[in-house]
Amino acid sequence: MANRIGIKVQNKVKEVVFMSLLRGTLAKRKLDQKIAKLAGGKKKSNGVKRIPIKTADKMKLLMGRYYIKAKIAEKDPDQKIAWITSGGPVEILHAAGVTPIYPENHAAMIGTTRMADSLCSVAEDQGYSRDLCSYARSDFGSILSKKSPIGGSPRPDFLVCCNNICGTVTKWYQELQRIFDVPLIMIDAPYQYGDDRPEAIDYVKAQLQEMMDKVGQITGKPIQWSRFEETVYRSKEALQLWRNVQDMLAHRPAPMNSFDTFIHLAPIVTLRGTPECIEYYKTLQAEMQGRIRNGIASVEGEKYRLGWDNLAIWYKIQFLAKKFGEYKAALVVSTYAKSFCYEAPYQDEKDILRTMAANYIAGYINHGLDYRERELLEMAEKFHLDGFVMHSNRSCRAYSFGQYELARRMEEKYGLPTIMIEADQSDTRSWSDEQIGTRIDAFMESLIARKNAAAK
Amino acid sequence: MGGPYFAGVDVGSATAKAVLVDAAGKLCVHVVVPSGGNLTLAADKVLAAALAQADAVTGDIAALIATGYGRESVAGRTRSVTEITCHAKGAHALYPDARSVIDIGGQDSKAISLDPTGMIRKFEMNDKCAAGTGRFLEVMARTLEVPLDEVGPRALTADRPAKISSTCTVFAESEVISLLAQGETVERILAGLCLAISQRVNSLATRTGMAPRVIMTGGVAKNTGVVRAIEKAIGFPLTVPEEPQIMGALGAALLARADAAK
Ligand code: SF4
Repeated sequence: MANRIGIKVQNKVKEVVFMSLLRGTLAKRKLDQKIAKLAGGKKKSNGVKRIPIKTADKMKLLMGRYYIKAKIAEKDPDQKIAWITSGGPVEILHAAGVTPIYPENHAAMIGTTRMADSLCSVAEDQGYSRDLCSYARSDFGSILSKKSPIGGSPRPDFLVCCNNICGTVTKWYQELQRIFDVPLIMIDAPYQYGDDRPEAIDYVKAQLQEMMDKVGQITGKPIQWSRFEETVYRSKEALQLWRNVQDMLAHRPAPMNSFDTFIHLAPIVTLRGTPECIEYYKTLQAEMQGRIRNGIASVEGEKYRLGWDNLAIWYKIQFLAKKFGEYKAALVVSTYAKSFCYEAPYQDEKDILRTMAANYIAGYINHGLDYRERELLEMAEKFHLDGFVMHSNRSCRAYSFGQYELARRMEEKYGLPTIMIEADQSDTRSWSDEQIGTRIDAFMESLIARKNAAAK
Repeated sequence: MGGPYFAGVDVGSATAKAVLVDAAGKLCVHVVVPSGGNLTLAADKVLAAALAQADAVTGDIAALIATGYGRESVAGRTRSVTEITCHAKGAHALYPDARSVIDIGGQDSKAISLDPTGMIRKFEMNDKCAAGTGRFLEVMARTLEVPLDEVGPRALTADRPAKISSTCTVFAESEVISLLAQGETVERILAGLCLAISQRVNSLATRTGMAPRVIMTGGVAKNTGVVRAIEKAIGFPLTVPEEPQIMGALGAALLARADAAK
């Protein structure tokens, strides 16, 4: 027991040290920003002025704390860690006191820090196909080489995979099971071609029930229903806040843009179900309300509004924001940021598990083309869009399949132009600034010409 | 000679083109020079040549729009516009009934569909590699030791095309060498290459939705072998302007003139 307290104290010390290091980095960044501001005082950077979103700094701390806590948990024999897919039923883990780790979130950080190419190569050298999703490849590469932007993810005690996002994760997690030799809980969420089928919801509900039992067995403590309920309500509240924040981008000019939302979705993915997550989105919501009140635009002089489809291109967020910003075009909504807060038409307060099952099959990429068309059209109307930017993502077939057909429908049925950007979410090897830049230029030129002609 | 002129300068990876139009939009002068290694130099050279032909000086240029891959290297430009907008503009100016444009240049190919007013409806570009572009043909012609301007006519004499499965320049080159080793005729191989390019272009064309009249622009439009193969693939005849290479520069010059009229 004394030893345990010793560990806890040590851990606390570690956390404090880490946090101060993190604060140091933030302070340095602030200094860098100030220097950049001074340096840029005279120069106009293509007329694109940006007022940074303050809540972002809070997120750095939040995410830093999350990862350090997870690393501490790894050392504590009393605490369990589970790796889980982004669309997995994490509420069950929180209710059981298990620390969830998201390989996809880790892979996104690998993408943002431009480590993906080298880590993907490590995996490819071991025989993983280059056609495999770059998240999976860079994750395997990171496990094999022990290289990571955050010093690696803590080792899992078990794995939870829900295939409501793609089929890739099924194989990815089976591979993780082989590597770590730990239990794997698989939740099979059937693809919905039309409206969500009741039998599919029941099927997922039964698996969630089973998962609760299994997790209880692994931790040695059955999950308390009241705690589970509390987690689910927290999750629901956070999701509603995140939805509200996204809806605020319907305002003209938008107080932030989709590229910002890509950054700000980290807490909803990793921390939904916790009080911190709710706090975070409350702060962000308040900041956005303030920006709307004060007329702060994410793209100064916003003239055109576009929607984004598919995952972020992590290593080119700045480039794309600048490129579209030069045309006074703001990306104001994305199927991607919305992916993490779908609410099913079916909601029943008396049957939480079934409602949860319904929500977990309700996501955009778990649906067929007609559903996607409706979604895009709804977005176009609600957010007053002039067109769509579709990232045809080499990694993510589940998301990219059908995009050409959707683009055709948008154009022919609703007169909404679409640009297709062929890239990959984190592997930079198929990207070229020059070529993709030209495509965007041409798209914006024709969009502007069309709008001008229509105005005449 | 009197100005003012409106200039369009299109700096591509293989050639630089300049066009001068007068205040009425009439094409006065056009020049094509090889780009060489230095795009800025090529832009200067081609514009100087155009001015010399028109017996004019820089001061006679009222506005200049730069386009093409090297558009940011053009000195003295009023603004730059992408080659997609310029090719569409040029083609539509010459052929008001144009509904589609296929452009194959030195390092990219594109398909553009236009509405009746000449506005771009949709475009698709193949820009990931040299596959199916002018550069591809050049490399293949060199491998086969056939002068570039003979590629088309000789391809048309083949009884059937050889099967070339890849339009990747690197793979196709070794495929061509192995076909030669197997005793395949140069003509059939050339026809096979034209067919491979046409298939590649056809997928761009299908995605944009081609409708007649289809204008083909860019240097490769001079290659009759490719032109016939594309016609077969897309199912529409192609209209090839007398000077297909200058379409982008012409569009740019006309846009410069339109800018000035605003
Ligand atoms: S294939 Fe798509 S959904 Fe699946 S892990 Fe990769 S990026 Fe995510």
